[in-house]
This record gives sequence, structure tokens and C-alpha cells, in this order.
Amino acid sequence: MRYLPLTPDDRAQMLGVIGAPDIDALFADVPAAARKRELFDLPRRAGELEVERELGLLAARNRPAGSGPFFCGAGAYRHHVPATVDHIIQRSEFLTSYTPYQPEIAQGTLQVLFEFQTQVAALTGMDVANASMYDGSTACAEAVMMSQRVTRREKAILSGGLHPHYAAVTQTIAHAEGMHIVRQAAALDAEAAVIAAIDAETACVVVQTPNVFGVVTDVTRIAEAAHAAGALLIVVTTEAVSFGLLKSPGEMGADIAVAEGQSIGNALNYGGPYIGLFACREKLVRQMPGRLCGETIDAQGRRGYVLTLSTREQHIRREKATSNICTNSGLCALAFTIHLSLLGEVGLRQMAALNHSRARELAAALGGVVEVLTPRFFNEIAVRVPKRAGDASSVVEALLTDGIVAGVPYSRLDPHAGLDDILLLACTETTTSEDIAALSAALKRRLGQ
Amino acid sequence: MTMNSVGRPTAPNAAANGAEGFASLTGARGLLQDEPLLFELGGWDKTGVDFDAPDHDASDLGDLVRAAPIGLAGLSEPETMRHYVRLSQKNHAIDLALYPLGSCTMKHNPRLNEKMARLAGFADLHPLQPVSTTQGALELIDRLAHWLKTLTGMPAVAMTPKAGAHGELCGLLCIRAAHEAAGHGHRRRVLVPTSAHGTNPATAAFVGYSVEEIAQTADGRVDLADLEAKLGPDVAAIMVTNPNTCGLFERDVIEIARITHAHGAYFYCDGANFNAIVGKVRPGDLGVDAMHINLHKTFSTPHGGGGPGAGPVVLSAALAPFAPAPWVVHGPDGLTLVEEAKDQAAQAFGRMCAFQGQMGMFVRAYAYMRSHGSDGLRQVAEDAVLNANYIKAMLSAEMTPAFPDGPCMHEALFDDRWLDGTGVSTLDFAKAMIDEGFHPMTMYFPLVVHGAMLIEPTETESKRELDRFCEALLALARAAKAGDAQRFTGAPYLAPLSRLDETLAARKPKLTWRPEHDATPAAE
Amino acid sequence: MNQRVFPPRVIPVLNCPDNLIRENPMRFTKDHEWVEVDGDVATVGITAYAAEQLGDVVFVETPDVGKTIKAGDGFAVVESVKAASDVYAPISGQVVEANAALGDAPETVNAAPEAAGWFAKVKLANPAEVEALMDRPAYEAYLQTL
Repeated sequence: MRYLPLTPDDRAQMLGVIGAPDIDALFADVPAAARKRELFDLPRRAGELEVERELGLLAARNRPAGSGPFFCGAGAYRHHVPATVDHIIQRSEFLTSYTPYQPEIAQGTLQVLFEFQTQVAALTGMDVANASMYDGSTACAEAVMMSQRVTRREKAILSGGLHPHYAAVTQTIAHAEGMHIVRQAAALDAEAAVIAAIDAETACVVVQTPNVFGVVTDVTRIAEAAHAAGALLIVVTTEAVSFGLLKSPGEMGADIAVAEGQSIGNALNYGGPYIGLFACREKLVRQMPGRLCGETIDAQGRRGYVLTLSTREQHIRREKATSNICTNSGLCALAFTIHLSLLGEVGLRQMAALNHSRARELAAALGGVVEVLTPRFFNEIAVRVPKRAGDASSVVEALLTDGIVAGVPYSRLDPHAGLDDILLLACTETTTSEDIAALSAALKRRLGQ
Repeated sequence: MTMNSVGRPTAPNAAANGAEGFASLTGARGLLQDEPLLFELGGWDKTGVDFDAPDHDASDLGDLVRAAPIGLAGLSEPETMRHYVRLSQKNHAIDLALYPLGSCTMKHNPRLNEKMARLAGFADLHPLQPVSTTQGALELIDRLAHWLKTLTGMPAVAMTPKAGAHGELCGLLCIRAAHEAAGHGHRRRVLVPTSAHGTNPATAAFVGYSVEEIAQTADGRVDLADLEAKLGPDVAAIMVTNPNTCGLFERDVIEIARITHAHGAYFYCDGANFNAIVGKVRPGDLGVDAMHINLHKTFSTPHGGGGPGAGPVVLSAALAPFAPAPWVVHGPDGLTLVEEAKDQAAQAFGRMCAFQGQMGMFVRAYAYMRSHGSDGLRQVAEDAVLNANYIKAMLSAEMTPAFPDGPCMHEALFDDRWLDGTGVSTLDFAKAMIDEGFHPMTMYFPLVVHGAMLIEPTETESKRELDRFCEALLALARAAKAGDAQRFTGAPYLAPLSRLDETLAARKPKLTWRPEHDATPAAE
Repeated sequence: MNQRVFPPRVIPVLNCPDNLIRENPMRFTKDHEWVEVDGDVATVGITAYAAEQLGDVVFVETPDVGKTIKAGDGFAVVESVKAASDVYAPISGQVVEANAALGDAPETVNAAPEAAGWFAKVKLANPAEVEALMDRPAYEAYLQTL
């Protein structure tokens, strides 16, 4: 087998050194009843060519986003990633290294993490950021649990504009830890309801901007209300490119900012691996979950980086750790950092402006066809499809036959909200004017206009 | 004939022989470059990406637009390439040399897997596009699930957890949901052996359980009597790693499962060490109720400097109904995803992450499994165990194995008795390995062994590489015993940096670069 | 002290001359906390032995002023780079002062564990608890048994 270097001769010699009669002797501790003599009922080994053929056939049964007009967003976004990014992340030294526990021979990974943390803090307008979480939704759940440690209160208010999957993950995980999760009804504009719900038991309020309906919200008033009640404001962002155009969570008073970072440097990958961004105010740093990379010096006084404040973590604190997270999204963080280095301040601003411009074009093109609900948007809008078209799902299915993937029906995220007529559509710099024209024309045709 | 009139010498002269004490003028060391931070190299006005100008402005957003600078630095493409390639050269990697971190399974990462994961039909799929357009992806998830179930002998698998610890959380949430459904919500205690990885107690605490330790026997296994004494009507589960973190198979595992079940508790198995038994032993035959599988360990998906991982959890029939959404089902129109647990299975405990889990890792793991097949995977386990026992046998000449009697599984555990009186600690010894070109082993873990050194070679090391490794460690061990302490206490000498001041980093945390930041922090 | 680090095999010799000139005798626990009573207020910290075992202290989480603590409960946390240890209250009472200086200078716990490195001052709820603790000779004898 091509991945196994030992020859039969090697094995025999090694058994001799060990003093074992055969390989079975090394498995002597396994109860005899559990030792399988026969091979499992699975295919035998396959050459590279054969594996490529099988996987190629499976891949061919999927419709890649880039193969035609495509408008899905709702927490995952198709952006163009420069070729340099994928080249560098496949370098052996990054791809095949472990968590940097030996800093003397892991400065490459550690310096990248320090750059990553700095970039995330800058984007979110916060003081500090960690070395990544699994994805935006688990980062959100971790933030809610962190608010409990900081405030010693139990109640978390989730705004009706929060991505339903994020709400579900938070409800699952934070509730398990004993928190009381108040999930507000889905709403485009959730500000007033959130402010009204804050009370003296509230540990945190969780508000997303741009929210799941694409609405950009100034959360300053929510921050004021939360702080007046002694609660924390957690701001969630699912489209990291928006940081290049919109006021940052930090500028608006967030205590913790979490985001999905997939948009920068990472492919859609059918949902994973993605990268959770997690940033907060400096005074909360000891309650943060996850790994942190910090600057220090070596024995000769040279600057270097190490994993630090590890006493928050599971390998030291065990049952008293701030989180159980161990492996995070290291390589996705590297991709994020390289892409953002290539973009820089001007590039990210241009990219964000282009995304927004395309969405304005989309909103204008659809304005006469369907009802555009999102008043202020970044690169995503919610529209209401007319009753005669059935629901949003049937519109998406119908447009598939035109070769167009026309976005995400809100009901796919939350089937019980009674919002079956809401369709979420996103544009990025990869969307062309032709794509938008094709969508608009097909919609008109399907809706009989 | 033509003459080379330049006359450049082509053999080294005497002066080039031995550069002891030599220092370059710039701080660079030949191929190894000093590399500043991105923020010191780049500029706010520099970029490596070209965009068209937008057709529309952002006037519609009014004061929601970010006016202040973000604080990013940009680089052109060639500068970006240099920056990150230079940084990469400061990392150790499996592709460079043995990476014997115990319980981490640092095996070769086949590049075929990378190629497959990058097929547009997998990489360029949106998690929410219509399932009719992702039938091949769902089929791949379903096939991978079939392999995982067959290899573990378990009837169900929850695919979405994103890493081992996330899998542990998923497993314990299933257990909690099952107890609550049976009216046993009062079961709140979890028993964990003292040798367990830190994620086990952290996860149990995460779901609101209290944690109690199970004692270990002198031969490194779960103490059955202590387990039995601590089991009771308030115990929800035990969390046992098998093979355990001492690199030993829990001989009494079937009895452990039996008495756990007799007390109404579930058996969660930490599958971090599945590589030792894959293709040979099915955890389902041992009485396990739930076990996560680190695809980034056993199934070769790259560790990437700390992730991403993937941690699907196989489940027994008793726990399967409580698995989280989403999952793949066969329907009349092909495969589909159940994304909202409420509709079809009222018992599902919720959701672990935003979408379908680590699809990119699924593709890699499946390509790896298909490459090996059932025969190759069995050979994986056998070679992994053979390599570890070979290392144990070879190194026992100078070092003290923590559990000398009987074979180990896929990793060999040593303690530090053999360093007594040398003035060299486990840490010093590990750092000296760096100078010899090897990554240190896992140190000071498991906690039950003094000065622990846990060595996991994996099956992808050749005998030649194992011999090189053993010779290097034996030579180091002899040097330590011969009184050459300085070789160790100041090590590493040949790494890009010498030992780093972790105390300074923790006392005065600097977690981001700031413009006013000095290039070099002052020592305290 | 609930330590997760392995103690070195050689027990360090205690070297705390500052104790000799104290007015009030210190008392000690088996978990390596000390108490010094002045009137009805007890100053609490960790012993030189504990500080030595921990290595370089990088962070101390002191209790909030006003908090009621119970003997035997964790009331503070002391961290080195690789270990976090709970500090158990040797006595019960109400916290009247916490050593704010440790926030910026946690290294004080190493430099002067039984003096400037104190953690908190506690108004005693039950002065009899102090009597049950070890005096210095008893504590030193106890250390020799470890």
C-alpha cells in the first residue's frame, strides 16, 4: 500500500527486536472476542487513479456555485480567492504541522496567528481576538457562555435577526451549560424588541448585523441599553467582507464581536471547514475561550511568539476551563490572513464597495418584480415573492430549470417562522451584471410579468 | 580548447570549514530569514488584488459606513509570497521529519486528498443550495458514514461535529438527552480516569455535569473496583479513552461497559487513539455507546497548524434517536438533508454548527479510506502498533518505559526516572531533540506518569526513519547520563529561536500588534 | 492548593526571615495557605513553599470585596504559565480588602509570598477556626512529610 513504508522484511526484523512471535502478540490485551479475524465488509484498497475516478464521479453530480448565476448567501458567501492563498496554505510547513506547542520550531504558525489576531481585532474594532473557533455559529455560542462567566447572570436574549442556525447552536450548547436562552421571533428590524427585553437578569444580548435578512443595523442604542442594565452586547456578523464598508461592532459599543470568517480566504466547501472569529474588549480577555498567541522574547532577547494565557484552557484547567475547544481552524485562519494581507486596507474596502454595488444593482433590477424588504443592506437582500408564485422554495426550484440558483428560501433556515414567501439573495464581486439580468428576466418570466 | 579564465575556486578553502561563533551582519542565517510582522512590512495603501471600480456608491448607507481607518496592512503579491514562505520555513512539519506527538497521530497527509477536496464539485458548493444540486456531496457524506459505522460496528453516526472536543460535546449531549427522555435527568455525574485528556472533563463540565476521577491501576488501566465504587444512580456516563492515553488497551473494557450499563450509565469512548485498532477491533463490540473519531488523526486529514479537524460521533442504537440535525436520508427523489430536527425526530437534541459539518475533511477522509480499503486500514493499525513497540523496545536500552510489562498499542510511554540525577528534565530532553532535527514527543501528559514522554510514531514512518530517531534519542540519553547537561538545559541551540519567555508573555499579554508597539519588548 | 503540576522531588528550604519580626503568629493549612490575624481581621495568602512549587506566578484572581467566604471553599485562583490552582479559604468570613497590587505585579507572590504577596483580608466569622490551623513548627514538620 502506497502510504505504508514497512516491508514484510522490516516487519519481521522489528518483531524480532521486540521479541514478539507475530503481530497478533502485540494485540494480546484486546479481548479475544473483540479481535476480528476477517476483513470488514468494505471495499479493498484502491489506486490513486481509481479513487480519483470515484470521487470525480461524485463531484460531477453536484452543481458548483461558479457554473452559472448563483445568489446564495445566508451565512456562507462565494468570493474570489487569489491563487496565492491556496498555494501557500498547501506548503508542507503549514499544512502538515500541528498546533504550535513547541514555539521554537513553530514560529511560522505562531507569527501568522499573531497577525491573524491583529487583523480580526482591527476588522471588528475590538482590542483582542483569539486564534479562531470552529465557525461563526459556535463562536456565537461561546460568546454567550462567556457573558455568563463575566456577568454571573443566566439569561441571553437572541435577536430575531440572528441567523436561525446560530440561534439553534447557541440554544443547544449554551442551554446545556445552564443558561436561559430567549429567542425572539424572526423580524427584519429587531432593535426595539431587543431593547424592550433587556432586564436586570440579562447576561447578554446577541444582535447580528448585517442580519439574516441583510439589514444593516446601528446597534449603538442596543449597546447603551445593555450596558445600562449591566449586560454585554454580542455582535454577530456572518459576512466578514462587510467589515470593509460598515461601522465596526467595536465602534458601536459591542463587548464581544463574533463572525464567520469564511468569506475571506476560504471556499464554500458545502459548509465547512469554516472559521469562527472571536474578539472582545481587553478587560474580558481572561474569560475568552480558545487559544491565544502572544508576543514575547527568547533567551537571547529576540522577538517571538507563544501560545499564552493557557490556564483558561482545557489541557490545564480541565473541568474549570473557559471552553472545551482544542483543535480550532488553524489552516483556515492562515488562508484568511494571507487573503487579507493581499487585500490590505484599500483592497478590502474596494472589495466591500464592489459587493455593495452589485447588491444595489440586484435590488434595483428586482425592484419591479418582487418586493424588496431590506431597507439598508450590504451585499444581501430579502425579498417577498408574490402569492401566485407559490412560496420561495418553489421559486428557487423553478429557476433551477433555467440554470439559476436563485438564493436561499428563509424557510430552509427556519421552517416554523411562517415566512415561506421570503427569499434571501446575495451578491458578491463574483456576481456579474449578466447574472443579475438573467435572474431578473427569469423571475419575470416565472411570475408571469 | 576554450579556457575558463575566471578561475573561480570550486572547492571550499580552509576558512569555510567550521563557522563556530559566526554571526551574519543582518541577523539572517543563510536560507533562514528574519521576517518582520505584516504590519511592519505592508502599507495601508498597498494591495495585491485588483478590482473593478464599483458602479454604485454607498450613499444609501449614510452614517452606517465606516469612516475611521480599519488598521489593516496590505502587500503586493510577490511580497505576500515572500512573507509567508519565509515564515513557513520556521515550522517543523511531518513532511520534514518524524513528528512523534503522542495521542496526536501525526501521520503522512496524502496529497491526493487535497486534490479531491479542491474539485469544484465539492469545494465550490454552497451549504444551502438546493439538495437536488448536491446529490454527489450527500452521497459522499452517506458513504463516509457507512465506512465509519462499519469500522466501529455502530448503527449510527452524527457527522456534524467539527473537531474531537466538539464530538465529545455532541456525544454527551446525546447522553444527556437520552437520560432526560427516560426521566433520568437527575443523573449529573460523569466519571473520567485521571489519565484522560483535558477535553474530557472540560466537555463534561460544559454540559453541566460534575466530574469525578476514576483511579488507575499500577499497570496503567482503569481501576475496576474504584469505578464500581463510584458508579451509582446519579452517574450519567463514563468517559474512557481506549486505547488509553498511556498507550495501553483497556483489557477489562468489556467488563467496564457491563458494569457501567448495569448502573444505568452510558459508556462514552474518546476515539482519539482509534488509529491503533482501526480495521481490527470494532468499538461497538466492546460495549461503547458513543465515540468521536478524529478524522484529522486516524483518517489523515492535515492538522494545518491547529485545525481544522472533524469529529463525527458514532452512536449506539440507544443514543441514535437523539443525534443532532442535520443528517442525510434516502428519499424517493434521492438523498436529502433533514435540517430541522423538530419535523422528523422530536428527540434530536439540537444543532452543533451552522451547516453540514466539515465537508472538506469528509472528502479527504473518504479518499484516504478508499485508498486503503479494509485491508489497508487493518495494516495501518498493525504497522502503527508495530512501530510503537519497536520504539519502546529500542529506547528501553536507556530510557524507562512507564509500563514495561506487555506490549503497548500505537504509542510508547516513558517516565523520567532514567533522568534522575542528570540535572536534565523531560522538557530539556525534548528541547534537545529539536537540535537533532526531530519534533519533541508529547510531554508531561498523561498526568499520571511523572515527567511523561509519550511517543507516537504512526504507521507512515519507515524503519530507516525509526532507526534514525531511536539512534538520536539513545545518543541524547547517553549524553544526559554522561553529564553533558548543557546540551539540554540551553536547548534548542539550532532552532530559529531559543527558548521563549512564557512567563513574560503571560504576565504582560501582548496579543495584537499596535503601531506604538516597540519592535522588541523589554525584558522584565 | 489543588495543584496539577508535579512537585519537584526536593522540598525547598523555607526562607522567610520576615516572619520573625511579626507581632501576630501566622497559622497554616495543609493546602499551603497562611493566615495572620489582627483583631478580627485575617490576612490570607499562600506559603513560600506553595509559591516555590507554582513557579513564576503570572496571574492572581482575588475575591471581590464584600464576598462571604466559607472555610475550605475556593476563594482565589493563582496561575503560573502551566498551572492554575484554586486557593482555599482557611477561615470563614467576609472579604474586606483584596490585594489590588497583584493585578499589575503578580510576581510579588513569588518575591514575598508571606508578606506583600497577600491575597485578601477577611473579617472573621468564627475566630475559633484559626486555632484549628497549624502553627509554623507544625507546618514545617508537615512539609517534611510530603
